[in-house]
Amino acid sequence: MLSKRIIACLDVRDGQVVKGINFEGLRSAGDPADLARRYNLEGIDELVILDITATLERRRAMADTIRAVARELFIPLAVGGGIKTEDDAAAAVEAGADKVSLNSAALLNPGLLTTLANRYGSQAVVCAIDAKHAVDANGNKIYAVYSRSGSTAANRDAVEWAREAEQRGAGEILLTSIDRDGTKIGFDCEMTAAVSRAVSIPVIASGGAGRLHDFVDVFTAGAADAALAASIFHYAETSVHALKAHLRAHHIPVRL
Amino acid sequence: MQSRVALIDYKAGNLTSVRKALAAVGAEVYTPEQPSDLADAQGIIVPGVGHFGATAALDAEWTDAILARVGEGRPLLGICLGLQWLYEGSEESPDLKGLGVLSGICHKLKGDSTEGHIIKVPHVGWNSLDRLSNAPIIDGVADGAQVYFTHSYVAPVTSDSAAATTHGERFASIVQRGQVAGVQFHPEKSGEVGLQILRNFMKMVG
Repeated sequence: MLSKRIIACLDVRDGQVVKGINFEGLRSAGDPADLARRYNLEGIDELVILDITATLERRRAMADTIRAVARELFIPLAVGGGIKTEDDAAAAVEAGADKVSLNSAALLNPGLLTTLANRYGSQAVVCAIDAKHAVDANGNKIYAVYSRSGSTAANRDAVEWAREAEQRGAGEILLTSIDRDGTKIGFDCEMTAAVSRAVSIPVIASGGAGRLHDFVDVFTAGAADAALAASIFHYAETSVHALKAHLRAHHIPVRL
Repeated sequence: MQSRVALIDYKAGNLTSVRKALAAVGAEVYTPEQPSDLADAQGIIVPGVGHFGATAALDAEWTDAILARVGEGRPLLGICLGLQWLYEGSEESPDLKGLGVLSGICHKLKGDSTEGHIIKVPHVGWNSLDRLSNAPIIDGVADGAQVYFTHSYVAPVTSDSAAATTHGERFASIVQRGQVAGVQFHPEKSGEVGLQILRNFMKMVG
């Protein structure tokens, strides 16, 4: 039976892992390669490196950081943050990324998803979507998509954008709840389920993980295929192993 | 002396991770530019992700050179799309032939959107191996060990299957027939279990 994946996210700025609350108020959490090593030993299923400064400060993804993390890691590694062009993606792949995650660049140029899928295969293309609950002009409830690290409204609905991304060649959706990010009050199960049921590619839920049981909820009520967290692992609030043991006790299939 | 293994790059996906994992298990890897470069290969690896149509690049010349080495008893490992290519063909590209050293045709996994029984296709993530044989390629791999998959098409379970995996249906996740082996998952992305399988292949190479 296919396991539900637990993915650790390393938000990297200036070569250090940092984690903020609601995209702001960053504090340092350590060296990316050290953290990657620890998570791998604890049984993490996958890693994501997000260059969180890249989009705003127009930096290229940090090839050195990717190389250092990829060197001794034999699990999937995704890289995102500031990948704007095919060349940016190629640099990340050459450095050792198995997947590249596109966010603002995909909204601006959806064809880039197709270009990269044709070059590396859909399995290497992740469409990252940052969204929050909103109401449209007609008073309908929507999941409003934001670009540029949550700062710019994209005037799109997350369900509709996820469907388009799949059609254009994305192999996975990384869905982050802006409302929940960094709050530790639980994943946005309603939004996650809405997107997960709309596509046949895996949906990775992100934003809001606090308690172990939040992961049970996102895999059941949220219909997520994978869940991503950062701070609860970085500060050793819980280990990956303890989380997976909890999931297994609640009949969620995991790799343990 | 390290064993020289030919890693065939037919432009079906990036090979950085495969190279890294092979280096980690002590293999000396080279990329043959043309079929005649296979002459000195002590083992051959056919990787690949994506559409079966990409295997069209492995034309008659490549196929003949690979079959010649296999005929001399040199081990061959197919990874992911490379495993599917070991069969007679795939419904993904009905007009293309596979290598045909294993019997059967690859077909697409069936998805299911029924609430409570959701089966998404592509099959992406960690899934378990049900051991079916004691083939050398699966040596030291525990029954139920998990490995990382990402694919939509599968090969049927036959007498050549060393392990099966279930995602809606059972399919061949590890195969071995003589010196020819294949894995549907990505050993280079499957942690210690994946490295063990690559070590097993290197043992076959000698």
